[in-house]
Amino acid sequence: MPLGLFIFLAAIAVLSALGVILQRNPVHCLLALVLTLLDMAVMFIGLGAVTVGFLQAIVYVGAIMVLFLFVIWLLNLQAEDRGGSRQLALKFFGVVGAAVLIAELFVFLVKAPSPAGMNHPPPLFGSIASLAGALFTNYLIAFEATSLLLLVAVIGAVALARHPAAAGSLSPAQGAQPVASGGSEARPVTPEHKAGGMG
Amino acid sequence: MLIELAIAAIRAIVMLLLVLNLSAILLWFERKGSALIQDRIGANRASVLGLGSRLGLPNFGLVNTLLADPIKMFTKEDFVPDGADHFLHGLAPFLALFPVLVAFAVVPIGDSVTIAGHSFDLVPANLNDGVLYILAAIGIGVYGTALGGWASNNRWALLGGIRASAQMISYEIAMGLAIVALIATYGTLSLQTIVREQGGVWFGLLPRWGIFIQPVACLLLLTAGMAESKRVPFDLPESESELIAGYYTEYSGGKQAVFMLTDFAEVALVAMLVTTFFFGGWQVPWLYRDGFHLAGAFVALPYWAVVVMGVISFWIKTVFFCCLQILIRWTLPRFRYDQLMRFGWKLLVPVGLLNLVATAIVVVLAGS
Repeated sequence: MPLGLFIFLAAIAVLSALGVILQRNPVHCLLALVLTLLDMAVMFIGLGAVTVGFLQAIVYVGAIMVLFLFVIWLLNLQAEDRGGSRQLALKFFGVVGAAVLIAELFVFLVKAPSPAGMNHPPPLFGSIASLAGALFTNYLIAFEATSLLLLVAVIGAVALARHPAAAGSLSPAQGAQPVASGGSEARPVTPEHKAGGMG
Repeated sequence: MLIELAIAAIRAIVMLLLVLNLSAILLWFERKGSALIQDRIGANRASVLGLGSRLGLPNFGLVNTLLADPIKMFTKEDFVPDGADHFLHGLAPFLALFPVLVAFAVVPIGDSVTIAGHSFDLVPANLNDGVLYILAAIGIGVYGTALGGWASNNRWALLGGIRASAQMISYEIAMGLAIVALIATYGTLSLQTIVREQGGVWFGLLPRWGIFIQPVACLLLLTAGMAESKRVPFDLPESESELIAGYYTEYSGGKQAVFMLTDFAEVALVAMLVTTFFFGGWQVPWLYRDGFHLAGAFVALPYWAVVVMGVISFWIKTVFFCCLQILIRWTLPRFRYDQLMRFGWKLLVPVGLLNLVATAIVVVLAGS
């Protein structure tokens, strides 16, 4: 990646990251975070980790951040008001956390080898073929375990989203609503609810 | 160096202009074609100095839709509702249009050509990971509609925005599964390579098009793609009987025109993806680099003619699938919201998974 491009992208990353923490409206903060993640995706691609870069854009920007947006809307979060009793504690822990992160970054930068001593990556480094090869040979067990964990999480979310009273009276086809439609859609109306509403 | 830059710029600009013009013509086809379908007359009033009628031509409504409407829209008052988020309200239409337009950058419209000693493919950017690029662009497209709905400070618009994002995330999964099965078949992520693989014939007659080995994936991609473009029967985000106009209720003038343009650009994108993945892209049946070969007969053709025929074939196929989508849009009624979600999650996703497993088994068996 050319140095000029890197400086440009790095500047955008820092500015948009500042935007995440300095703005008050949660939707604006989220958009700044989206910009940060996209910028990092472009950096990954520029550094040769093409697959990781595109996956970053598809997964984080295209899916996870949209779910954040849903949460902000459905919880009806408003612009935060400054002041209140918890502010001092928040500031204290914020400063401590930032100090730890800066110390970590400093140690990392000091220990990092100079670019001249680094080996050049192999030609197919970062391609989807090499990534898939690693995932399905060396790291197969970890990969499958992660998949299983995610499956359990999905099934758990569906189970939690089911209406307790609906579990017995409705067929599984109606009871198990998919996760993404949850929240904005009303739950299946049970006979008890109908009777209550009419009475 | 300079000529390479010029070639790169021309490739990008030509593709952009082609897509924008195709979208505008689709808008005309949508209005006049829907009139034909519903036995109405449709747009037939505007003309330039009455030129068409003086020449004795019927009014096809081209002046209406391609000149009068855009002029009207872009000279209208650009209204921003009270309490709206001004910045995001202005940004949202472009946030919707931009990802769709950049997705066209990896769609190949022709074979490679050589100009002034520079050989290049007729595709704006010949990425090795073109499929991932398209999926990323489509994924980012969610924000325009979602934020447009939110920034309008209108409940109907917000509901439309929420519906749009839920729908797009849901159908992206089915779309991704269809594309993954296709990648497993061709073993590449480059769209140009996928099109090249579809050259030639089976059994001396049947073109090696993707539709014949992945018919299920083709249907999945077309259906999920139509749902992504949020048009009837999947137009829940803007269903006018429930939500006025959904996420663009509070938009007027040029910004609304941009949202409409996004719709038609998405139609064109879905048509191009189906063409590229399943109908051979720029491949013409039985046409090779040196001419036609069919059942022993051979007609020699110069290479430039082969390239030109390829480009024409790509656009014929693309326009066919655009028209097919518009016909579907004027034929089917709208789904209910629960039907939409059930259709996506309980039919398309399982079918996509089964198709993927079947593809994987066949690929492994054929490889060993």
